[in-house]
Amino acid sequence: MDFTLDKKYEMAQTLFKDFAQNEVKPLAQEIDEQHRFPRETVDKMAKYGFLGIPVSKELGGQGCDILTYVMCVEELSKVCGTTGVIVSAHTSLCVDPIVTFGTPEQKAKYVPDLASGKKLGAFGLTEPGAGTDAQGQQTKAVLDGDEWVLNGSKCFITNGKEADVYIVIAVTGIIEKRGRKMKEISAFIVEKGTPGFTFGTKENKMGICGSSTYELIFTDCRIPKDALLGQKGKGFNIAMHTLDGGRIGIAAQALGIAEGALETTVNYVKERKQFGRSIAQFQNTQFVLADLATKIEAAKLLVYKAARKKDEYQSGAKVSYSVEAAMAKLYAAEVAMEVTTKCVQLHGGYGYIKEYDVERMMRDAKITEIYEGTSEVQRMVISANLLK
Amino acid sequence: MKIIVCIKQVPDTKGGVQFNPDGTLNRGAMLTIMNPDDKAGLEAALRLKDQYGAEVTVLTMGLPKAADVLQEAIAMGADKGVLVTDRVLGGADTWATSTTIAGAIRKLDYDLIITGRQAIDGDTAQVGPQIAEHLGLPVISYAQEIKVDGDSVIVKRQYDDGYHMVKAQMPCLITALSELNDPRYMTPGGIFDAVNAEITTLGRADLVDVDDSNIGLNGSPTKIARASDKVKKGQGEMAPEDADPVSYIVGKLKDKHVI
Repeated sequence: MDFTLDKKYEMAQTLFKDFAQNEVKPLAQEIDEQHRFPRETVDKMAKYGFLGIPVSKELGGQGCDILTYVMCVEELSKVCGTTGVIVSAHTSLCVDPIVTFGTPEQKAKYVPDLASGKKLGAFGLTEPGAGTDAQGQQTKAVLDGDEWVLNGSKCFITNGKEADVYIVIAVTGIIEKRGRKMKEISAFIVEKGTPGFTFGTKENKMGICGSSTYELIFTDCRIPKDALLGQKGKGFNIAMHTLDGGRIGIAAQALGIAEGALETTVNYVKERKQFGRSIAQFQNTQFVLADLATKIEAAKLLVYKAARKKDEYQSGAKVSYSVEAAMAKLYAAEVAMEVTTKCVQLHGGYGYIKEYDVERMMRDAKITEIYEGTSEVQRMVISANLLK
Repeated sequence: MKIIVCIKQVPDTKGGVQFNPDGTLNRGAMLTIMNPDDKAGLEAALRLKDQYGAEVTVLTMGLPKAADVLQEAIAMGADKGVLVTDRVLGGADTWATSTTIAGAIRKLDYDLIITGRQAIDGDTAQVGPQIAEHLGLPVISYAQEIKVDGDSVIVKRQYDDGYHMVKAQMPCLITALSELNDPRYMTPGGIFDAVNAEITTLGRADLVDVDDSNIGLNGSPTKIARASDKVKKGQGEMAPEDADPVSYIVGKLKDKHVI
């Protein structure tokens, strides 16, 4: 097994690191405090192709791979969790399902604009009464002539009001499966500005405060018949496939937040003096840092492995990356929470003050244990594979 | 239009400067970057490419490892890379370097050559103008703005207290200041292309119209006697609070026989 990275990945890491330091870090505290979406950063990321990293050049992307995309989310998240999730939700939750399940016409219509960052993407699955439990879906799509009519709402949608293209999961009928009546779930592509498609309240969140999290509301929203993504009735599979990929992005975000917190803390403990010496000279500090660094390294290997597995899948191998993605997200998210909490502790009182990055990082870390499948759901995915 | 941009891989001084026991720079131990003035020159060329259409070739002279800086330039948008490398070219000062680079450029097609004003390791600002001299080209140094007008370039040449607008017919050579622009980043796709891009390697035998007496260490008129890191100044001395400042300083200067 080879753990060394090719030169192209080293160069990509340098690029993402430089970009994050120069363009993202200076805004991180401000957008968090003001709960402001960093549009200027998104425009810059668009210019440099960060919004289409794993998309083929034929479709207007960068022609790179999932590992490169993951490194991008990781490096951005080291300095700003908000910026990391903007790229992750756009790439994994909107671009990927269109590339994977879209018709040639849908791909040609949406992917070049999304991959170039001219348009931003979002994904609507969660509803007030349905997250992971897809059968709880209430949003309906009814075919009326040449149009689908959407009614219902989606909540907690990342890139909510800022996106232009939305993947929306809705119930398209009732089917009988093994003698039981079940909801038939389908996926759709909905464009911003479609009459009947509006936004509800903006969520006031604990962390990733610059991220635009909104409720999507559909009231007799009519979309063309060909806005159906993939086959009718396959929406649940599309959503699950999409989340498998999305989890690798969130795992990378969690990894980045953890790395960023550790980096900041290593610098801090060398400077902070107590009892006449730097707190880095205390064995407690040393042991805590050693444990955190070790866990981060383990998380990184899981995240990169999951990315590699998806890359294999993308190149046509008949492999599943569902379990790898779940493990990577479960572990990286829990490591992010542990690392940021302990980094705040090592900062003492200053860690609780907003001027210090670790305060924000701890709040940002928490969401990685929750969205795109909670840690409990990741455990369900992993154990279901063990016990099948 | 064909543009050649000369770039140099230099030590990243942010990481600290390290020396070999003999006083020469320990380049292997230091992180390297693309020289900032050269990067501005490359950005200027890429903007001309965006605006007027051009083929941008980046050229560097150095160890085989210097190919890294060519790949970085290609990942930013340059079209081709040329690496001039040969053991006999090592130890070159500005004269031998410019002779060598001019010898390599004679093999290439170009309308415009852009170099950085100076490299942060040597700080001589000589190589660019010397290349122009070897090739018999007009040179415009300290460019802060470059425009193309037919077969000429119009360059804003920066001074401390003003600027010149200079027009020159191509082919010519321009040296660029890092203040010229904010160089673009690489792109992820550019990186993937760059690592597979073919880099043309030229050695001593490929140089055109270059005499052995003008290359490498032996062809370098400059002889470095000694190099050293900045010597730290001694600790300052605080005057006692109750001292009369003038008489205290005069007394100190008298002690040292300055006055």
